[in-house]
Amino acid sequence: MGVRPMTGGVILFYVFAAITCLGAIGVVLSQNVVRMAFWLIVSLGSSAGLFFMLHADFVGALQLMVYVGGTLVLLIFGVMLTTTGQYMKIQSSPGEGVLAGAVGFLVFSMLFASVIQVDWSNTTTKIGITVPMDDTTETYNATGMGNTARPLGLSLLGLRPDKDLGKDAGSSLSTGYLLPFEIASIHLLVVLIGASYLARAKRRAGSVD
Amino acid sequence: MAVGSSGFSFRINTVTHPVGDKTGRFMIMPLLAAGGLAGYFESFGFISPTWGSIIAAFIHVNLLLLLVFAPSALGFIWLERKVSGRIQDRLGPTRVGGRFGWLQGIADGAKLIQKEDLIPAAADAMLFRMAPYIACIAAFGAFMVLPFSNDWVAVSLDVGLFMLFAILSLEVLGIILAGYSSGSKWSLYGGMREAAQMVSYEIPLSICGLVPIISAGTLNLSEVGQLQSGWFFNWFLFHDPFTFVAFFVYFTVATAGCKRAPFDLAEAESELVGGFHTEYSGMRWSFFFMAEYGAMFLVSGVAAILFLGAWNTGIGPVDELLGSLGWLGQLVGMFIFILKASFLVFVQIWVRWTFPRIRIDQVMTTCLKYLIPMSCTLFLGAVFWPLVLAMMTAGENQRTHLWGEPLGERVSVQADQWGSDR
Repeated sequence: MGVRPMTGGVILFYVFAAITCLGAIGVVLSQNVVRMAFWLIVSLGSSAGLFFMLHADFVGALQLMVYVGGTLVLLIFGVMLTTTGQYMKIQSSPGEGVLAGAVGFLVFSMLFASVIQVDWSNTTTKIGITVPMDDTTETYNATGMGNTARPLGLSLLGLRPDKDLGKDAGSSLSTGYLLPFEIASIHLLVVLIGASYLARAKRRAGSVD
Repeated sequence: MAVGSSGFSFRINTVTHPVGDKTGRFMIMPLLAAGGLAGYFESFGFISPTWGSIIAAFIHVNLLLLLVFAPSALGFIWLERKVSGRIQDRLGPTRVGGRFGWLQGIADGAKLIQKEDLIPAAADAMLFRMAPYIACIAAFGAFMVLPFSNDWVAVSLDVGLFMLFAILSLEVLGIILAGYSSGSKWSLYGGMREAAQMVSYEIPLSICGLVPIISAGTLNLSEVGQLQSGWFFNWFLFHDPFTFVAFFVYFTVATAGCKRAPFDLAEAESELVGGFHTEYSGMRWSFFFMAEYGAMFLVSGVAAILFLGAWNTGIGPVDELLGSLGWLGQLVGMFIFILKASFLVFVQIWVRWTFPRIRIDQVMTTCLKYLIPMSCTLFLGAVFWPLVLAMMTAGENQRTHLWGEPLGERVSVQADQWGSDR
């Protein structure tokens, strides 16, 4: 593993990675709920930056929209409006600290062990970007620069522009992500209906009639 | 096109027109044709790709400051004063401040810089200091994916509109943090109102933004603008009845999304002193307003791109002429785009000084009971419109052809750029 030259991309990677880690540490160390949420947003936002550096624009935008926005909603409606003062500051006892530290250490050692077991030497040279779509079509993007939205959307419809299905025609590979997508959609619908049912049931029990 | 091996690059994307002469554009405008500024600096030889990217990014940021910050912070505040003066018969804005009142903005700036930067004792100082920056950066960060003219965009993304809404939605984070961290009940009320308002208004905003996207078949804002070239009936406003209504719903929702009157309950000064910015003073206070004017211009620009033909004039032959002029035509296109967006900003100002502020429960009712069902109906209508149109108008053999096609019509950039045979 040779030392990478410090190009702009590498420097930016270190910056985003450092902000992600510092944000995560900030979540653990701060005791105010709102500050915790703020550090969580910093951490999630800069991991979205890491996605952008991988040219995964759609995933990065989704990270901003769902996780950063979702954390915000969680913070406001889940924590700030439902608690009455005493939970705004979270002070953990030493026993909890030891327990959480042990769990964190176990997860970290598992991740660390699996990371160092991979032979990364093959990935130090950059793989040339091939455009799966028709390259005669002129687009506004430089080739392969983050225009992942169309291949992703087509995959959800069952078309795979990134795979030569003619070659794998006999295999049992699924052609797309239509079925998993539909399953996830139905799952979310069930959760939504369940949530609204629970909210209504509580109100009915408390009402006069 | 990628700049060196750095893996990231800032560029003004250049796509050659079928009309324009490629080599000619390279000769005239090496800055814009060299694959972005970064490539231009690399061509000197003694600047490394990394430094080329950094210098290019610096120049891009300064261009954005000049073209976006300056008109939004100075121009729109001047416009707001003049329009309010005319509409409400306020004598001050029509009389003072140099010729046409241009000095007033500079006087304001000097005053705001000199003011003391106060932080209340009860405030959470770190978040209190951070909040204006978050609001401002989110509002101006979204300009990254907004094209100003044909090919003139900092980052051209296939998920452009989605990305734009994602970044813009972070602005509310700054407002809420400001409301919470001020340690004042007025501010907290303002922040909470803003949170509730934004969480509900983002739904119809996104759905209405998707209505013309269904017709366009792409989320890339440059391509959406390109698809509307030619005569003005190519604009998505006139594409079908659903996009026509969607424009007005979008504009209403976008006005509320920028917390402009009559939806400015987060800062309602008749009830909450100053709302979320009660405790702020000086430049930190003004950052919130720069963010507000930036967001106003941004949502108006998105409306211009999605519905009003972006940088196209709406007159076919003129567009064709501008296309043949190369970068000069692009420059004219940029002014047309800024003009359209500024007109929509003017309408927002006009609405603010004409309508009374509505109550917070009315704001929520407007969104949840009227705007969301309306936008969902428009979305469904826009989905079914091509099918209905195909059944009503097309002949027997063409009908089967249209049913087999994907709903969104994809027009390649090369073929039929000016909509001559649409």
